Amino acid sequence: MSGRHFFGGVHPEYHKEMTAGKAIEAMPMPEKLVVHFAQNIGSMPTPLVKRGDQVKKGQVIAEASGFVSVPVHAPTSGKVEAVDMFPNPVGAETLAAVIAPDGEDAWAEGLNVEQDTDSMNGDQIKGLIRDAGLVGMGGATFPTHVKLSPPEGKSIDTLILNGAECEPYLTADHRLMLEHPAEILEGASFFARVLDVKRVIVAIEKNKPDAIEKMKKAVEVKEGYSVEALDVVYPQGAEKQLIFALTGRRVPAGGLPMDVNVLVQNVGTAFAAYEAVRFKRPLLERVVTVTGNGVAEPKNIRARIGTRFEDMIDRCGGLAEDTVKVISGGPMMGVAQYSLDAAVTKGTSGIVTLRKDEVVQFVSDPCIRCGRCVEACPMRLNPSALSIFIEMCHFEDAAEYHVTDCIECGSCAYVCPSQRPLVHHFRRAKAEIRKMSRKAG
Amino acid sequence: MVEEEKRKKKEDVGPRFLVSSSPHVHDRVRINKIMMLVVIALAPAALLSIYLFGLPAFKVIVISIASAVFFEWASRRLMKRSNTIGDYSAVVTGLLLALNLPSTAPWWLVVVGNLFAIVIAKQIYGGLGYNPFNPALVGRVVLLISFPVQMTAHWVMPSRWGTNAVTTATPLGKAKESLLSLGHIDVHLTRTDVVNLLIGNRAGCIGEVSVVLLLAGGLFLIYKRVISWHIPVAFIGTVWVMTDIFHMIDPTRYADPSFHVITGGLFLGAFFMATDYVTSPITHKGMIIFGVGCGVLTVIIRLFGAYPEGVSFAILLMNALTPLIDRATNPVVFGSRKKKAAG
Repeated sequence: MSGRHFFGGVHPEYHKEMTAGKAIEAMPMPEKLVVHFAQNIGSMPTPLVKRGDQVKKGQVIAEASGFVSVPVHAPTSGKVEAVDMFPNPVGAETLAAVIAPDGEDAWAEGLNVEQDTDSMNGDQIKGLIRDAGLVGMGGATFPTHVKLSPPEGKSIDTLILNGAECEPYLTADHRLMLEHPAEILEGASFFARVLDVKRVIVAIEKNKPDAIEKMKKAVEVKEGYSVEALDVVYPQGAEKQLIFALTGRRVPAGGLPMDVNVLVQNVGTAFAAYEAVRFKRPLLERVVTVTGNGVAEPKNIRARIGTRFEDMIDRCGGLAEDTVKVISGGPMMGVAQYSLDAAVTKGTSGIVTLRKDEVVQFVSDPCIRCGRCVEACPMRLNPSALSIFIEMCHFEDAAEYHVTDCIECGSCAYVCPSQRPLVHHFRRAKAEIRKMSRKAG
Repeated sequence: MVEEEKRKKKEDVGPRFLVSSSPHVHDRVRINKIMMLVVIALAPAALLSIYLFGLPAFKVIVISIASAVFFEWASRRLMKRSNTIGDYSAVVTGLLLALNLPSTAPWWLVVVGNLFAIVIAKQIYGGLGYNPFNPALVGRVVLLISFPVQMTAHWVMPSRWGTNAVTTATPLGKAKESLLSLGHIDVHLTRTDVVNLLIGNRAGCIGEVSVVLLLAGGLFLIYKRVISWHIPVAFIGTVWVMTDIFHMIDPTRYADPSFHVITGGLFLGAFFMATDYVTSPITHKGMIIFGVGCGVLTVIIRLFGAYPEGVSFAILLMNALTPLIDRATNPVVFGSRKKKAAG
């Protein structure tokens, strides 16, 4: 079953050895936490706190503003010092609450209490997951309860736990699987109960043999659960490619995994679900891999949401003088940061630092039509033709050539000998196409 | 106050970090590296030719590369564009054109060929990546049509470093001549003939004499993933199959396939000219169509055309069809319900 190949892909240098052997360590309480309200894909939650408010750990500081939205919680107890615009690791500045911890770390009432999960029905589990503010923690930050609510007529028969972690450098999921295999599986069992799924596959790339072994041992006692070792090729962990590799099913272009009766959840999200359902703990912290040659001592850190990148990097021995890039996420799909004031959000899987000689300044030489991008694209697009259309602002042509199906994995730009900023072009085209369809509609 | 502080802080760290779109890493294969690999792949065949044809061949190669690089530099400068000689594409063009010339070519012929290849066929269109036709082949065909005497009348048998070169015709030229004058061909390949053809002991362009070394260079490029097998295999395979069919129909008029495959510029063309990225299709499916088309046109020109050799014309004609082939073979997006290409 495994060993089935999706089309295309690349083999970047992984550099995972920098942190793969390092146990997850807890981040000490920083002086302040910058908790962004916009932490999920969908609509931004509505802020509930203002400057001067006292908050308890786990208290809701922003409530869901619609179905595709989740609440945000205070990661510790303390005082709201400001509600203002701060750099969000996904890009521009967004509204955030600055919380000064009081050192008590006191829970809000009713939280952090062990629950009787056996008596819960699916809706109750889903409710706890939504109230805990769970989003996809692989980086997409799509609200988890929405994924657990397939529309009428769609049924799920397979749950895939995504532990592929195909992004270079990152080892957060790897460590989580090593250190908390049972918890991850219990979290997964809650997903399975909500959707009445009998088959659960834990998918791990072969470059993590210890995690494969650990998870294999853990699934022995679980009926219907299995572990699949995946070939090491980027982007193995991309949802559509992962589903194809494991089940042979093709998610239709423009469609969702539920169209082929599959649900994919990141292992980190499963762990968060365990915490949310078993102990009624909201999503307040996550594992972040702080790595790259820019930091003296790379680490896997369990950090509170809102921990500033600067504090994270200081914890790892500070930034080397010639560090020119700080990336939130992995180097293939992550976002380059302009400020270390950016703070950890629910989707921050890693902070990767690159030094001067490691950074590639993408120039834009003309396309020589070598076809490497066509061979690398896991979505079977034609990045060469697309980029030429987009350079000429022919966005309709780009739409006709399916630019909207691009998953922005970066494989094309990675192999381009002209170092064309292909993904940048495609993002621009998608934005322009959205604008056009909005005008038309 | 807070605003100001924040702005100041941003200015402090802002310029320190490079902010750009993902991905942030690259496999570091650049155009110049690819071009250098092509030069390396061609080197054995070129060196053997220098050994076989002597100093004249060496002169042609040196003059050709030098003039190609000069024209690249000069035309970019004249058009106030960036200097691109560092991508080595002009070196490849100059080398390929040299390999497509007879060793007896006078220096001015080489220079004129490169003028057309680099300035007319490439830079006027915008430079590397924008040229619709293979520059080296445009240079060669312009010379072939404009200076037929210099291009085809002075073939010499390889004479090593000797001075008494014997003027003769190419094997394909001989076959065409006898077909036109006698009504039948006079090609009987003995084992020695085949060996001679393979190792390059025959008259021909500088670069097309050694089939074995060209094949080795081509396989090297496939191994290095610079080119894929699709175009060369489709091209050479088509020539083999088509000439085999004609040979079976009338062996007195049409030579057997092994003769056609190992003579002329087929290997040079199939591995090094037809596979030019810019002017050939981008998908594997398109490459096969392109290769088959090149093969069919080559055979038609060789058997029924006025010229004894048709590889150059075939590739240039297929170059013209490349945009259409690309359009017809655009990859079908993953998960597409309808098996239908866009456009």
